[in-house]
Amino acid sequence: MDYLLTEEQNMIKELTAKVVQEKIIPVREELDRKGEFPADIIKAIAAADLCRVYIPEEYEGMGGGCLDICLVVEELSKGCAGVAVTYAASSLGAFPILIAGSEEQKKKYLPLIASGEKLAAFGLTEPNAGSDAGAIETTAKLEGNEWVLNGTKVFITNGGEADIYVIIVMTNKEKGARGASAIIVEKGTPGFSFGKEEDKMGIRCSSTRELIFDNCRVPKENLLGREGTGFIITMSNFDHSRPGIGAQALGIADGALSEAVKYACERVQFGKPISSFQAIQHKIADIALQVEAARALIYAVAKMIDSGKQKSFSKESAMAKVFPSDMAMKVTIEALQVLGGYGYMRDYPMEKYVRDAKITQIYEGTNEIQRNVIGLELIKENKRKKK
Amino acid sequence: MNVIVCIKQVPETTEVKINPENNTLIREGVTSIINPFDMYAIEEGLRIREAKGGKVTVITMGPPQAESALRQCIALGVDEVALLSDRAFAGSDTLATSYTLSCAIKKIQDYDLIICGKQASDGDTAQVGPGIAQQLNIPFITYVKKIEDIPEDGKSIKVEKMVDDGFEVRKMFLPALITVVKEINEPRLESLRGKLGAKKAQIPVWTSADMEMDTQRLGLDGSPTQVIKIFTPPPRNSGEIYEGDTDKTVNKLFEELRENKIV
Repeated sequence: MDYLLTEEQNMIKELTAKVVQEKIIPVREELDRKGEFPADIIKAIAAADLCRVYIPEEYEGMGGGCLDICLVVEELSKGCAGVAVTYAASSLGAFPILIAGSEEQKKKYLPLIASGEKLAAFGLTEPNAGSDAGAIETTAKLEGNEWVLNGTKVFITNGGEADIYVIIVMTNKEKGARGASAIIVEKGTPGFSFGKEEDKMGIRCSSTRELIFDNCRVPKENLLGREGTGFIITMSNFDHSRPGIGAQALGIADGALSEAVKYACERVQFGKPISSFQAIQHKIADIALQVEAARALIYAVAKMIDSGKQKSFSKESAMAKVFPSDMAMKVTIEALQVLGGYGYMRDYPMEKYVRDAKITQIYEGTNEIQRNVIGLELIKENKRKKK
Repeated sequence: MNVIVCIKQVPETTEVKINPENNTLIREGVTSIINPFDMYAIEEGLRIREAKGGKVTVITMGPPQAESALRQCIALGVDEVALLSDRAFAGSDTLATSYTLSCAIKKIQDYDLIICGKQASDGDTAQVGPGIAQQLNIPFITYVKKIEDIPEDGKSIKVEKMVDDGFEVRKMFLPALITVVKEINEPRLESLRGKLGAKKAQIPVWTSADMEMDTQRLGLDGSPTQVIKIFTPPPRNSGEIYEGDTDKTVNKLFEELRENKIV
């Protein structure tokens, strides 16, 4: 279906699809099996200028927005969701700088992220602070002209691979959520090290690590925005990034659909391709229905965000994450069923799509938290109507 | 180091179908791409520029639609392109093609190295590269799988040339021409900025009037090669496998070979 994308957006899609075909598909099975970081693929993505799409032109970007990221992430996820999340997590590290960064910070970091020379990452989650993000324990104290960070972050995508980290820390515990701040920490800073590397069910080629801060000192200027705005920056960051997770789920589901249709047309049983059986036709039709509905929602939300017309979009952004990720989990299992026994084997990419789909329901705010966001927004809207 | 790369636009298919009535390739419904071997030539040109400076110019002879191949070259990062297009060039064989390309190269003048793919995937002759070198009276080495060295003075080149049972290391003076095989590199993909730039680029078209050339040597008139017949060879019958006792099967094989006067 034609979503009336601009010529440049169509180019982005085509170019990403080419990267997938030539650089990702030939190696994805091996990267997944070994849990090996896709360094060469990230280089190819950067060389194709795809890290530039969402960065403003004045910082060496292409000046696109949320939809452009979604298009890249969707296409990459058709090939490998582990590569896609590596790409997307860098934008999650870049967005706080875009949202709250000073001119100096933007000039210093964004061109490096745009060229793909450096990857970025975002550090919020801690062992005792997942959905309850207000419970973070990592602290930063101002000593002279430096922030001194102490604490541990877990499950950080691009941990160890990224050079630029945006870390959410408590700078004033008494103030609770209003005592959190965002600070930029560069890899190689003394006192900043990497801990456990997670062995995951899916998105296995992506890096997920602990970040350890032990009296890590960074210059005072590394604070993003004002002190105490860490959670505002975090929420705004997630509002911008959640459609990207939706796009990841969409790409996984669409990749699985393509494999299922291809297989159904080739596999002969009872003397006919199994695609001629209604049981299979209905299965693939149901998958396609849900995939297209998710795409329509994601693109619509992304276009709305990019238009800048709506200031608050937490509800819509959450919707563009929940629906596609729940959908992907449901349909990849069905798509696997089309392949029967072959779908269960690692020789086919189907079981990987299923494993990769699961994470999209969990990270960047669990789908349960997303439903809270949607529910609370609906209640707020209702109150406003009464007034 | 200025490099000129010669490319050809070919049909994107491994199964070229032939119209048996007029002995020509059926091109309808087949999209055109840059000859895959030429992609390695372009990549090598870009790598030389990145290492040594200078510029990369790509030329192709073909109908107006070959312009899209040159746009792709710009998206890949080449500096200049030229499309040699003229009705007078139509029907060129490898001799006329290499003559025409050599005239364009003479017009460009300033070059150190010419790179061609080892052959085109449609014609498979592998003659145009050496033909160009001959027309320009410069040395050439075919089937290059690695450029070992281009010394700082830019006066020579040392390469590894593929041969049947390995490779030879050869050196020659520049300016020269090489044809490259796929082992030489892994071609890059286009970039988004490159693609956007390519869309806006003006593609210069050179006709026979724009180059100094002998019109007798162009197109059909300049092509001594005549295609009498093109056909799809009939599929070969599968061989016969002798099974059973070794002595008996060997004897049977010998009898068969003797009967057919092979031994």
